[in-house]
Formats: sequence, C-alpha cells, structure tokens
Amino acid sequence: MSTAITIAVDGLVFASWLFLVSVGLTLIYGVLRILNIAHGSLYALGAYSAATLVIAWSGRDLWPGGTLLALLVAGAVVGVAAGPLIERGVLRWTYGRDPVLQLLVTFALFLILEDAVKLLWGTSPYYAYQPYRLLGQVAVGPVVYPGYSFLLLGVAVAAGVALWLFLARSRFGRLVVAVIHDPEMGTALGINLTRVYVLTFSLGAALAALGGAVTAPMISVVPGIAVEVIVVAFAVVVVGGLGSLPGAALGALLIGVVRAAAVHLFPAVELFTIYLVMAGVLWLRPQGLFGGVEARRL
Amino acid sequence: MNREASAVPPEAVPVARATGRPAAPAGRLLLLGLLAALLLLGWGLPRWLNFLLTLALAKGLVVLGLVLLMRAGLVSFGQGLFFAAAAYAAAFAIKLWGVREAFLLLPLGMAAAAALAVLTGLLAARYRAIFFAMLTLAFSMVLYGLLIKAYPLTGGSDGLRVAVPTVLGYAPDPQRARVLVYYLAVGAVAAAVSLVRRQAGSCFGYLTQAIRDNEVRVEYLGVPVRRAVLAVYLEGAVLAGAGGVLAALAVGHVDPNLAYWTTSGEFVFIALLGGAEGVLAPLAGAVLYEVVKAYAFKYTPYAWQMVMGLVMLPIILFLPSGLWAPLERRWLRVRE
Repeated sequence: MSTAITIAVDGLVFASWLFLVSVGLTLIYGVLRILNIAHGSLYALGAYSAATLVIAWSGRDLWPGGTLLALLVAGAVVGVAAGPLIERGVLRWTYGRDPVLQLLVTFALFLILEDAVKLLWGTSPYYAYQPYRLLGQVAVGPVVYPGYSFLLLGVAVAAGVALWLFLARSRFGRLVVAVIHDPEMGTALGINLTRVYVLTFSLGAALAALGGAVTAPMISVVPGIAVEVIVVAFAVVVVGGLGSLPGAALGALLIGVVRAAAVHLFPAVELFTIYLVMAGVLWLRPQGLFGGVEARRL
Repeated sequence: MNREASAVPPEAVPVARATGRPAAPAGRLLLLGLLAALLLLGWGLPRWLNFLLTLALAKGLVVLGLVLLMRAGLVSFGQGLFFAAAAYAAAFAIKLWGVREAFLLLPLGMAAAAALAVLTGLLAARYRAIFFAMLTLAFSMVLYGLLIKAYPLTGGSDGLRVAVPTVLGYAPDPQRARVLVYYLAVGAVAAAVSLVRRQAGSCFGYLTQAIRDNEVRVEYLGVPVRRAVLAVYLEGAVLAGAGGVLAALAVGHVDPNLAYWTTSGEFVFIALLGGAEGVLAPLAGAVLYEVVKAYAFKYTPYAWQMVMGLVMLPIILFLPSGLWAPLERRWLRVRE
C-alpha cells in the first residue's frame, strides 16, 4: 500500500515537471506548426536566469519568500526577451517551408543558444537551493517529501489551468484557437497573424523558461541540461498528440506514473520507460492520444 | 527491389534512363582522379592530417547514407545510433572474442547496424518529416542511455579501447595500421560513392525521389512505399555502420558520445552543407567540417557550436540545396 502511495506521489510530481517543460512545446507546435528544438535552450536560459536571480536575492538578506517570486520573474523575463527576438528574427523566415527545414533552423538556434549560455554564465555549476530549503519537508503517510515537490505540482496545475482559461475564455485566446484551426480563414476574418505568432511563441518560450526556473533549485545548473529536456519533452508531446494541450497533460501523467512505478518496481528499466511508453503509444495510436488524424495531401 | 521497380509504369522507365545517366564521362574522370589523389595522399601526409582525413571519410560514409535518405525526403536525426552500434560491435568483437581482422569487423558492424535498422525501421518507416526525425533521435538516445548504463560491458561513459586491427591476417605495427585503416576508408568510400551514383540513375533512385515529391501518388501507382522507405533506411544504416567501424578503428576508442544526438546533428549539418544532390558534396563537406571543427575547437573552445549554428542558419534559410551542390552540378554534368 505504501508503495502505491509513493508511486502515485512520485509519479504526480514527475508528471508536473514533465508537463511544465513540454506544454510550451506543444503550444508552439499547435499554432506555428514548428517543432522547436531550441525549446531546451529556453529551458536552460530560464534555469540560469532563475539561479542568478535567486543567488542575488539571497545574498542581500531580504524576505526569503522573494526567491520563489524570482523563479516566476525569471520565466517571464526570458519569455519576453527571447520570444519575440527568435520569432521575429529567425522563425518568421521559415513559415510555409518544409517542416524538416524548420526543424533544422531550430537545431541551429539550439547550437547558438547552447554556447551563448556558456559564454554568459560560464561552465561552472550554479546552486540556487534557497527556495528548495525554504519549503521544508512534508510527510505523506510514512514517507517524507520535500515541500518543494508540491510547489512544483501547484505550479504545473496553475499553469495548465491558466493556459486553458486563457485559450477558452479570453478574447485573444480564442483568436489563437481560431488560428490553430485555420490560419488562412483567420487572416481572412481580420486576425493579425503576426501578433498571434509572436505572442504565442513568447508564451511558449516563457513556459519553457518557467519549467527551467522551477527546476533550478532542485539541480545544479550546468551546461548540457538543455539537451536532456528536449528529448523528454518531445516524448511527452508525441505521446499526447502534437499540438494538443490536454494531450500534453495526459502524456506527462502517463509517463510520470509509469516511470515512478518503474523506479520502485523495476529499477533496471527506469531509464527507458519514457521511450517504452512512447513506442507503445505510437504503435497503437500513431497520432498520439489526443492527436487528430491529418488528411494526406494528394 | 525488382518487384517495386517493375511497378513503375513502363513508359516512365526509358525517360528515367535517358535523363538519368548518373555520370557524364567528365564526372567519372574527376572522381577517378580524386580517388587516385586520395590513394597517393596515404603515403605523403603527416600523421595528424592522415588521422583527420580518415575520420572525415568515415563520417562522409555516414553522410552519404543520410543523403540517400534526404533524397527520399527523410531527415534522420539519429544516424548516430548506427554509427555507435557498429563501432561498439567492433569493439566487443575485439574485446570478447579477440577478432581483430578488419575485414571481419567491418561486415560485423554493418550487420549490427542493419539488424538495428530492421528493428527500429518497423516503427520509423511509418512516419515522415519531423516525426521521423525525432523518432530516430529518440532511438539513438536510447542506445546512448544503454551504453552509459551497462557499465560492466561497455565501460560506461569511459567507453572501450579498440585494439589495432589486422588486415587479411597481416598484423602491422600501430603506425602502419593507421595508414591501412586510411586505405580501408578510401576503399569503402569509393564503393559507397559508386553505389550512390548508380542508385541515383536507377529505378529505385527515381522511386525514392517520387516518394519525396508525392508519396500518396506513388502508392496509387501500386508501389509499397513503406517497404521502399525501409530499404533506404536500411541502406543509410549500413553505410553509417561502415563509417562507425572505420571511425572506431581510426580513433582506437569508442564511447557513448557516438550515439549522442549532437553527433547525429553533425551528420545532418554536413549533409546540409553539401546538399542532397551530389556524391562529392558529402565527402568534401565532411573533410571541410573536420578541418574547420579542429581549428574552431582550438581557437574558440567555448563557442564552436555557436560558430556552427551561425554558419548553418543562413545556409538553411537562403541556400536550402546546399553550398556545394550547385558547383558540383556544373562540374559533373557538363556534357549532359
């Protein structure tokens, strides 16, 4: 019984992390139809910015809760700064071209950002553990968890709900949904496509950066964290169906719980659970759990 | 392949033959001249340059395979899977069974790559475009994880040593072996180039192009597209496997980074540099890439990826057919 609880909690926490790092990817794909490899770099940028902010804040002997706010600020700052720059500077030249070409463009961006991060922050690790310490520990049954894990859960749920409210209820969100369904018709009805693209990409970038920012206190922030994330995020998004938000949530949940179960029951296969789930889902449903079937062009 | 070829409507075949002569005589002469130059270079080059060239030829083989895939409209971000699998197959054969014969190691590595290709191809051949790219990437990352994890067998992230090979029973000293591996690479590349050129003018070559242009129509012509895609995937894997074994023999060491996705990204980058049309381009691209990388690494150790990205971006955006391909078209098809 206690194993079941542990698996459930571990799975939920891991799923929250997965959702945070992959939801931006699926949002961007849904609207721009570009699979953004540089997503991992945005995650890394978020993690580094958060670490810098947290370390600066903690060094000043101010209100310790500010470090938690610093994480949110880091995500937003990266989104606002890098999003429009990348979308307007590079991606807009690729619209309507071969999807593989777009993939390669984001790969080039990834290479550039990877070294940009090294040039800006150096290669030595950053430790921003203060927010992690701040929340202490929480006991669930017999097992003690770091309180920060539940913050992660909260942030993921909040991000998911906020995103859903934004898309379903706000005016601009509805314009975005219209563009997802039919960009051509959208422009014909007077939607400013450029604005939708810039804002969606920035939002996706901010979500990636937020994912990095909330991860920063749990890890040592070092070069190379970008790479791991993009593969994992891609797996989550493919399992859920590219471009589908509920898909990303369900994919994250599925992979999170399966991995947690593997960690506790079959530790040997833990590393491959993500890929096993992905291969399994793709075998049964090539378009992912929530993906729509696309008509093939004659 | 023959069954697929015969499914092409008969009137299409002569047309293909007429325009599809892969080599104008001038092109063949140029290639033979280059081959002779490469053979001569084996004696004269300093050790480091010889090593660099061997490695470049090994990678060129992988890129040739990738180019075949690109002609079918597929970009694999996971050729490192086959590159690494073959290299490790050779390393295991040396370590576990004491096989050191290069002419056994090479087919062994290629067979390992082919086996993996059949296994992964069953899933990958169902997908196109970015799905194909990202799936192949995921496969190579699985192998990377396996190689890191299986420490007792693979040495984890330290990798394995690859002993000096023998060639047809002849056991040279390490210095001579280096040159022999170079010649092996030249031979393999020559064989691969002739294969790729032949294929470009064959029915199968045109079939893959047709798949790139419009897959659904090809299916309506009665051609089993998935099987053709699997065949190209297999070809690419075998070429990558040959490259992997040669690289392992040249370096004398294998490590999991061979399967890492940035290694595969390197191959895509080289292929892109040359474009998917030619046969010289991938090789010239590989040589150029190795040299540039060696110097970039020496002078800007922290920013060489950035340099690569900055070079790549304008090429993709403004010259999608590659830097070299337009030149090669002019040289090789003058008499067409």
